[in-house]
Amino acid sequence: MLRFVVRRCLLVLPSLLGLLVITFLLIRVVPSDPAMAMAGDAATPEQIERLRQQYGLDRPIWEQFVSYAGKVATLDLGESAFSRRPVAVDIAQRLPATLTLTFCALAISVFVGVPLGVVAGLSHNAWPDYLLRVFSVMGIAVAAFWFAIMLQLLFSMELGWLPLRGELSPTIQRPPRVTGFMVADALIAGRLDVAADALRHLVLPAVTLSLGGLATIVRFTRAGVLDTMQQDFVFYERAMGYRRWRLNWIYVLRNSVTATVTQIGLLFGGLIAGGVVVEAIFDWPGIGSYTVQAILTGDRQVMLAVTLLIGVVYAAVNILTDLVHGVLDPRLMERG
Amino acid sequence: MIPVLSVRGLKVSIRTDEGKAEILDDIGLTLERGRILGVVGESGCGKSTLIRSIMGILPRAATVEAGEIWFEGENLLAFSEAELNDGVRSSRIGFIPQDPLLALNPVFKVGTQMLEIMRWHAPPDGLRGAARRRAHVDRLVGLLKRMQVPDPETALERYPHQFSGGQRQRLLIAAALACAPGLVIADEPTTALDVTTQHQILLLLRELVAEFGISLLFVTHDFGVVAELCDDLCVIYAGQTVEAGQVRAILDAPSHPYTRALLACHPDRATTFIGIPGTVPSPLARPPGCLFAPRCSEARALCRTGRPPQGRAGSGAEVRCVQFA
Amino acid sequence: MSPILRKLSRDLPAMLGLAIVLFVLVIAIFGPMLAPYPEDAAASHLTRRLRPPSAAFPFGTDNLGRDIFSRVILGARGALSIALTVVSTAMLIGVPLGLIAGYRGGWLSEGIMRVTDVVLAIPQLILALALAQLMSPSLESAMLALSLTYWPYFTRIVYAETRRLSSSLFVDALRGIGAGSGRIVFLHILPNALSPVIVRATIGLGFTILVAAVLGFLGMGATPPAPDWGLAIAESRTYLPRAWWYATFPGLAILITVMGFNLLGDGLRDIVDPRIRRSR
Repeated sequence: MLRFVVRRCLLVLPSLLGLLVITFLLIRVVPSDPAMAMAGDAATPEQIERLRQQYGLDRPIWEQFVSYAGKVATLDLGESAFSRRPVAVDIAQRLPATLTLTFCALAISVFVGVPLGVVAGLSHNAWPDYLLRVFSVMGIAVAAFWFAIMLQLLFSMELGWLPLRGELSPTIQRPPRVTGFMVADALIAGRLDVAADALRHLVLPAVTLSLGGLATIVRFTRAGVLDTMQQDFVFYERAMGYRRWRLNWIYVLRNSVTATVTQIGLLFGGLIAGGVVVEAIFDWPGIGSYTVQAILTGDRQVMLAVTLLIGVVYAAVNILTDLVHGVLDPRLMERG
Repeated sequence: MIPVLSVRGLKVSIRTDEGKAEILDDIGLTLERGRILGVVGESGCGKSTLIRSIMGILPRAATVEAGEIWFEGENLLAFSEAELNDGVRSSRIGFIPQDPLLALNPVFKVGTQMLEIMRWHAPPDGLRGAARRRAHVDRLVGLLKRMQVPDPETALERYPHQFSGGQRQRLLIAAALACAPGLVIADEPTTALDVTTQHQILLLLRELVAEFGISLLFVTHDFGVVAELCDDLCVIYAGQTVEAGQVRAILDAPSHPYTRALLACHPDRATTFIGIPGTVPSPLARPPGCLFAPRCSEARALCRTGRPPQGRAGSGAEVRCVQFA
Repeated sequence: MSPILRKLSRDLPAMLGLAIVLFVLVIAIFGPMLAPYPEDAAASHLTRRLRPPSAAFPFGTDNLGRDIFSRVILGARGALSIALTVVSTAMLIGVPLGLIAGYRGGWLSEGIMRVTDVVLAIPQLILALALAQLMSPSLESAMLALSLTYWPYFTRIVYAETRRLSSSLFVDALRGIGAGSGRIVFLHILPNALSPVIVRATIGLGFTILVAAVLGFLGMGATPPAPDWGLAIAESRTYLPRAWWYATFPGLAILITVMGFNLLGDGLRDIVDPRIRRSR
């Protein structure tokens, strides 16, 4: 198992290295005056000069790349032109909010999507199946930002059930920061009302973000179930009198989810990209809105740092997906 | 002494895109207690549909048009799905499938699958919980030892792909016997195996029938296997039983033209590679009269107009042919 | 061509997709003739701002009094032209790269595929945003950024197909009779690799419309007063919840159009690659 993980990590290194090269080129080589590009649109000549020396932009390209790589390795991702703080610090501060949102959305997509997909597969060509197929086609065609606005319109503005934006109501006092995760911090501080408020704020953003993934997972689980039902061992299990419920939800399900697991891994890309839009719309204080802010203010250091971060996360998720595949289907582990 | 299994006049059709296919058109067979009945037929003659009808696992598009399946005095066709699943499958009728690799769920351990069966169908033993499970495991290990599966104690912890074809088939035989059923249906269990392994499995089955006191319904397309293993024989052609009786009697003196043609083609008896001219009539368009008439060298005008009645041959076999009416 | 159409015609969702795509195509081409108020592409009528849907204005009017129904129709042209430009550019870059990488092998092939991996390592939206930002925001740079981030999908497909085909018997035969590499690749391998490319292109069109809408929403794409669907939704936000129609109809247009391309793409995929049985 360990050998498996190590081998996968090694395979992914060239891509990450390539990513590093590309971000380096984008920040140093492409703009005609990299220092000005890094300083952002609102910098003064002194700031630009300081940056030039700080980043050694008068040195040969090779040296620049090595020092850049070295900086990245020590998590020195430069300074944000907008917040005037190290990018790494900004990211660390905003990360928990994005993680919360991403995992909630993922949880919804998986724990609602898989059972629905099974239901669709088992009721092949009956009305639950048709309904779910229509839903899954629409789910990936919907523009997330539009869906978010529609949800806000209905649940926030018309019905007033859920808050419009933000992580917490503005009138509520924030709990002291322990983990960075709002709900956890609220619980640690013993403030149940704050935790409840945080959860209410989580609903609309998480549901919006989960939609695309939900549709995809329903679709692939359904296909997986239909494929599995054709297999001989399902007939055998029926002939041997397996209880229907257990047959479907334990034995068929296990075999049907391999494709779904791949999709979950690929989903992450969508969650990250979608997260940018969703955070922007709901004023969610995470990395997504940080990115949008950087785009609008021309903060290049931030943008490229975020790009690198996403590359690493994506690679890690791919390795994790492979690992889960191996656990689900023992035959794959043996072949390595 | 009533037979363990008695099928009478079974007619099953399936709705397909091209129309209604009559897969089974008057099947009759009788399996006496403690004996081995071989059901022989070419691919497409309806053997699988017969098995599915007995076990009650027909596809949604299939309908049982007529007939009865008497199992130990009860008509299985009158059973509900719940009654079949709870009270018949595995506990009273065991099943040995054709392809041992495809039959086992690849992502679960062999033990998990076999214990799943025992959990719901093992004969009551008054135990509960962990003790019951322990008892089931012991019984399975004992069966695996009897089947000569190597390392029976650890076998249950392994996955299907970690066994050889012959070993897997032994596992499946053990699973079929685990809940002590009175009848076992075997669907061409040796087709996917090499000849040596095949022979071993057949020997094993013969011993088990005597030892466990079961009755065995053995479906196959190979007369050689029938000759080696079975007591009684039933030949199926195009969804109909054409000849039925004792194996030795029929093999010595086959009566129905189809049986005779099949035997003549068998590699053990034929010196040259011959076949039976013509093809099996499509289940979508059965001809009137005898279904074998278009290919029969002894056909008369009468054969093409009316369905041949059941008669009795000199060998004691029931034959569906005008020659023996 | 016709056996494909015949198989497609049996697939109901795919036919629906085809109908939608053709419908949108017609609207895009004949937009100005079909829209009741074609001048509302640019004109403004401040006396009829934010009117709810009515007989005269089926989708209502926006904050500048423009007929939303007309602007949705006119927006189709922009959406489709962006999508077609982006996808065809991506194909023009990606397909040849895939052919070279698949046929040649060695250094060049490895290099191309590594670059492909790196670009695919980032979600397209992020990369497109980063690129567009570096190039100064405008519709053209958005389209360029989208093209530059979409080509790897084509390269991967073409690479796999070319690898598979170049070791096949008929290519050996062609080499045997002295056919040159260029000839083999373009006349023989490319046509065979085309089917999955077409499937990917169809789905890519739908996907590009979505991403372009996001870019428009974020202000990185079309600029006012263009009747861009994404832009319209962005503009509508300040007028919610009162003017619900402002945000709803452009979004529905996006939904239906993308759905059409997806359904069609799925149908084509089922025909092209029946091995991966999509279990209808």
